[in-house]
Amino acid sequence: MDNYMRLEIPSKSQNEAFARVVVAAFAAQVDPTIDEISDVKTAVSEAVTNAVIHGYENGPGTIVIAATLEGSRLEVTIIDYGVGIADIEKAREPLYTSKPELERSGMGFTIMENFMDSCHVVSEPGKGTTVTLVKTFSRADDTEA
Amino acid sequence: MQVKLKRTGSTLIVQMMGELDHHAVDAMREKIDVKLLHEDIKNILFDFQGVNFMDSSGLGMILGRYKIVSAKGGKVLACSLNPRVRRIFELAGLENKIPVFSSKQDALAGA
Repeated sequence: MDNYMRLEIPSKSQNEAFARVVVAAFAAQVDPTIDEISDVKTAVSEAVTNAVIHGYENGPGTIVIAATLEGSRLEVTIIDYGVGIADIEKAREPLYTSKPELERSGMGFTIMENFMDSCHVVSEPGKGTTVTLVKTFSRADDTEA
Repeated sequence: MQVKLKRTGSTLIVQMMGELDHHAVDAMREKIDVKLLHEDIKNILFDFQGVNFMDSSGLGMILGRYKIVSAKGGKVLACSLNPRVRRIFELAGLENKIPVFSSKQDALAGA
């Protein structure tokens, strides 16, 4: 089953839950396990929260969430057009946060890396950030339901 | 996310229902901090019985309360974590700072 989706939302914290549930519902059609769905929900939540807090610094902006399913392989791309990340390597370090005053744990990228098969980050200061998350589900089958 | 705050002695029990994400923690943080400021509270117990989702924003909120409470010699405890929440706790090494109990009763006995 090959399929795709695209969602565009304003950068608001109440949309974090909406975005992760939409991607989870999209992925559910290839019959992943409950744990796999939870992994996807958590990783998407981290990426969208990063866009809201860091990309747009809790201000206005647009977040695009695009996903594709190719067989049992899910690819989710989370795009913001915000401030960007100057040092991606530093941002990915466990427990590092650029916003300690907001009580951020610095675990966002660590969770994305641990819960997905891969987490790819492209960013340019002043232009925005694109995070690509990939996971291949173990139980999914490729036949049409 | 619904949050109920109860007191048992000098321990504040934070009973949570729903999904603990960035949107939820912003409202909840203020509620807890008002209590910490105006009441004689030593320890906080986060009861995860009704929590079916948590991401790193939940970790940040808990660590923030840990900083406040531990500076005054108190403890932060957690109980009734589902395996998902527990995995995120472990990933962040939170259990070194915040003891985790299987039930509220066990946690209160340890507080």
